[in-house]
Amino acid sequence: MRVVIAEDSVLLREGLVGLLSRFGFEVVAGVGDAPALTAAVEATQPELVITDVRMPPGFTDEGLRAAVALRAAHPGLPVMALSQYVQHTYAAELLASGQGRAIGYLLKDRVADVAEFAETLRRVAAGGTVVDPEVVRQLLQRRRDPLAALSPREREVLALVAEGHSNAAIARILSLTDAGVGKHIGNVLTKLDLPLSEDTNRRVLAVLAYLRDR
Amino acid sequence: MAEAGSSGPYGPSLGPMTLLRAVTRPRFLVTAWPWRGVAYTVTTAVASGLLWLALSCPLAPMVLAGALLHSSAPHWTAVLGAAVLGLIGLGLLALAGPWLAVAVARVERWRLGLADTAPTPARRRGSLYTDPATWRAVAYLLLLAVVVPVWSGVLALAGLLVVSTPFAVDHAVGANDSRAATTSGVAGVLLIPVLLYLTAICGGAHAALARLLLCAEPDSTTAELVEVERSRTRLADAFDAERRRIERDLHDVAQQRLVSLTMQLGLARHDLPADSPASVAVASAHEQAKVLMVELRDLVRGISPRTLRELGLRAAVEELAAGSPLSVTVEADADRLPPVAETVAFAAVSEALANAVKHAEATSATVTVRCRKSTVTIEVRDDGHGGADPARGSGLTGLADRAAAAGGRLLISSPVGGPTILRVELPCGS
Repeated sequence: MRVVIAEDSVLLREGLVGLLSRFGFEVVAGVGDAPALTAAVEATQPELVITDVRMPPGFTDEGLRAAVALRAAHPGLPVMALSQYVQHTYAAELLASGQGRAIGYLLKDRVADVAEFAETLRRVAAGGTVVDPEVVRQLLQRRRDPLAALSPREREVLALVAEGHSNAAIARILSLTDAGVGKHIGNVLTKLDLPLSEDTNRRVLAVLAYLRDR
Repeated sequence: MAEAGSSGPYGPSLGPMTLLRAVTRPRFLVTAWPWRGVAYTVTTAVASGLLWLALSCPLAPMVLAGALLHSSAPHWTAVLGAAVLGLIGLGLLALAGPWLAVAVARVERWRLGLADTAPTPARRRGSLYTDPATWRAVAYLLLLAVVVPVWSGVLALAGLLVVSTPFAVDHAVGANDSRAATTSGVAGVLLIPVLLYLTAICGGAHAALARLLLCAEPDSTTAELVEVERSRTRLADAFDAERRRIERDLHDVAQQRLVSLTMQLGLARHDLPADSPASVAVASAHEQAKVLMVELRDLVRGISPRTLRELGLRAAVEELAAGSPLSVTVEADADRLPPVAETVAFAAVSEALANAVKHAEATSATVTVRCRKSTVTIEVRDDGHGGADPARGSGLTGLADRAAAAGGRLLISSPVGGPTILRVELPCGS
């Protein structure tokens, strides 16, 4: 899979290149700022973009801006944004682009678990939605009142749904049967008055919107 | 203070211009100062006349007493009557004098604006009768009542001479006395500048005495306090800039290296056979590095929150609320505030929420941020058991210092049993 990496720290960029190569990705360009990222994407037509949110010259949200612009120019271009901090505004903006398909927002910490990180990248490249567990944890914490009706297991399921996992993945993580997961998800969505949907992406967006807005 | 070093009509001056100083300048007659002198002098004479009118009330019984004693051969009833009248006059004078003096002083300080350009500060100490300023004002009453009529009489006479010059000339011409006409005319014309100088000198001298008796010493500590405050604000700004620099350095170097290191450890852990002796050590190092990443992030966020800088107070407080174990409601305007106000406000909310969890065992809290006129008010209210004591622990004290350095203040209400309300008021410039 052809990947473009944008990360201003050379050390980390080289590390990421090593990691991706190790897991069978092909890094076609590694750049250090947002304009170079845009140019590299135009030149190499990658299947996945990995970008740091904060990059030169302003060190605020240049990577994120570039990613949103790229997704507007290339609908469906898979993007994984890496951030040093949880930033809800940025996460929401990114997820809003392209109806939340093929998009990921992760803390940089997640690259430490290399195999999982590689797996997450594949999910995004395949059109999935990935939301950092920390983002979901904070959202769940903020919206405690309407969630009080959920059982602990249902809250676990809700968190995994919000992170963008499929039914099968949730079943694997929680050691449940597919049918059991389906029943839990049905209960959760019914209790929160959300539309039942088998489409993972649509489900993620609905749950995140619910957690953010209520 | 405001006038020091400013440029007056005569070039740079070292202090406020006064009538007496203006008189010594060579170009005195072509400035506004002679007319200011005339205005001040005339109004001084008027003030003196009005003062006599006011004094006539307490003086009337005394005059009457004098007349009683003089009129006939002193009979004991006349003496008694005179004594009673005299006492009434003295009593009226003692009662009304200080009030009158203070009232006159106020008018006279205002009138000093004609005679010089210096501010006229007044300072009250204690009650009317114990304030030395009152008795200095009484002394000024004497000056106004007794001395002013003398010199204003002389000036009026000279003025009359000048004004009557045309009539004198006319009279001399009518009498065919050309010498007398010339003398009168020349004398009258020459007397004009002399009169202007005399008026300015008399007015200036009176104004100088009035200032001595009626105005407080200019307060040098006020200027020092302003400077101290500025220096404190500069210091607070410098600390703020330093925090940002440290945050940036930590983010750009330490955090990226740590992520890279943790990733390498993750790769090593992934590639090592799970049963190899090195695997356990690498796994442990990997886990420790991951914990360190979280700790370093929290530390850096505490030094200078990035969200605050980039998106403002509301976003930063909302994020703080999201990370808090409390159920926090945030009501805030989205407007950006001056950086120093945002930093202090955020520190206050952060401290208040931390205290609510740590000490007050609260379960929920409300944060409100409201900007009204030029003051932003930040209030954090929790449902804990209260009893917060600013004297204990340095958190609240440090916060109060930071609020003060930013030109604001910190208030706390925390009765035992709760609730705790922490409020910070800061200038927000708009």
